[in-house]
Amino acid sequence: MVTLELTFLLLVVGLAVGILLALGQVYGGKGLVLLSSTYEQIFRSIPALVLLFLFFFGSSFVGLNISAFLSAVLALGFRSSAYQSQIFRGAIQSISQGQMIAARSLGMSKFQAIRHIILPQALRLSLPPWSNEYSSVVKDTSLAYAVGVIELVREGRYIIVRTFEPMIIYITIAVIYFILTYAGNRSLGYLEEKLKIPGFETKSRKE
Amino acid sequence: MSVNQGITLKVENIHKTYGREKVLQGISFEVKKGETKVIIGPSGTGKSTLLRCVNRLTIPDAGRIWLDGTEITHPRTDINKVRQSIGMVFQDFNLFSHLSALDNVRIGLIKVKKMVKGEATEEAMRHLARVGLEDKAAAYPAELSGGQQQRVSIARALAMGPKLMLFDEPTSALDPELIGEVLKVMRDLAESGMTMVVVSHEMGFARSVCNEIVFIENGVIVEQGPPEVLFEDPQHQRTRQFLFKITELYGKSERK
Repeated sequence: MVTLELTFLLLVVGLAVGILLALGQVYGGKGLVLLSSTYEQIFRSIPALVLLFLFFFGSSFVGLNISAFLSAVLALGFRSSAYQSQIFRGAIQSISQGQMIAARSLGMSKFQAIRHIILPQALRLSLPPWSNEYSSVVKDTSLAYAVGVIELVREGRYIIVRTFEPMIIYITIAVIYFILTYAGNRSLGYLEEKLKIPGFETKSRKE
Repeated sequence: MSVNQGITLKVENIHKTYGREKVLQGISFEVKKGETKVIIGPSGTGKSTLLRCVNRLTIPDAGRIWLDGTEITHPRTDINKVRQSIGMVFQDFNLFSHLSALDNVRIGLIKVKKMVKGEATEEAMRHLARVGLEDKAAAYPAELSGGQQQRVSIARALAMGPKLMLFDEPTSALDPELIGEVLKVMRDLAESGMTMVVVSHEMGFARSVCNEIVFIENGVIVEQGPPEVLFEDPQHQRTRQFLFKITELYGKSERK
């Protein structure tokens, strides 16, 4: 199903680019901070639909021949990465400075410290807000309709044209989105439970 | 305790300024192999900064530091390599909160020293046993008391096989009844011949364990010498005042 494929790719692009952006913003030099902040600001400030059109029409304008599907993956994936970067940045910054200092004083390089000490903690803290981003991304895939990707809503349209039963079809589509979002959030909740570590679960609970 | 096998740490004329505040203004001292040095001084006089300069967590503005003849302050020195031979213990423990006690001790061995897992586990358990916590290997930091956390952090540093141990106010964040267990580990360590630099106001520990006390104020060494001399016959009025004040606060004899 195209919607699932789209969701998966958007999340992967968003996750990979988002983590890099967050690391750039927290640990990067001035240039990298400026670059990642500008990127993040741009992609968070333009409506998803406009981004989608910009990528779709823009790619052929600059002579690139990419499919509607790919332009949707890039436009919405980059957009998600901007949002995800803020989730990860917040999580990384919430980890006490002492963790990095202790790691470095053991002789770890900065990269090792980030990989073995900072990220495992930050990603755990990111799970709850990330499941929120997941919910948005699932539903954002419907925007790909606008550039002609045959995702869930467009498939529905095709059926409506043949059956003239808009209400039934739209209700079915709504239910499918609901199930996708619900199942995803439940799995992430399960993952959160699974990765729970003493000291981390209490952090989020208010006394 | 053998103290004449040469010099492990040599600190020469260290200066450090933060903004307009001159934190360290020319500190020099040497620590011989197997020696324990305790650094005391009012808060904000650069004691912690000095320790951090020793493993280059802070880079001094001027001055040089050698560990066993390797110049730590030289920009070409592979600092990650040097830090493996300098254990550091922090005031607030800084145990890795997502790792069990065993993993805290083991991670440096596996990731930095590239030891195979089984060997690293054995080594880590040996050090946990040394601080009396082998039964807590599976516990996470949040499940340990402050004293236990600090002992794990000492084990974590020791596991790397350091030539020098730095302690930055290791008992200041602890409840009074937990201080003794940490000091005991430190005393055993000093008696086993470890070279140590300790920032602490635990005067009982200083008197009974260390070879020399260094009194720092306003970024300079006011006076240094064996504890007997500093306590009984200090050369400076200021040393006498300060020692009197902290002895009153922290007590004279060692906490058990």
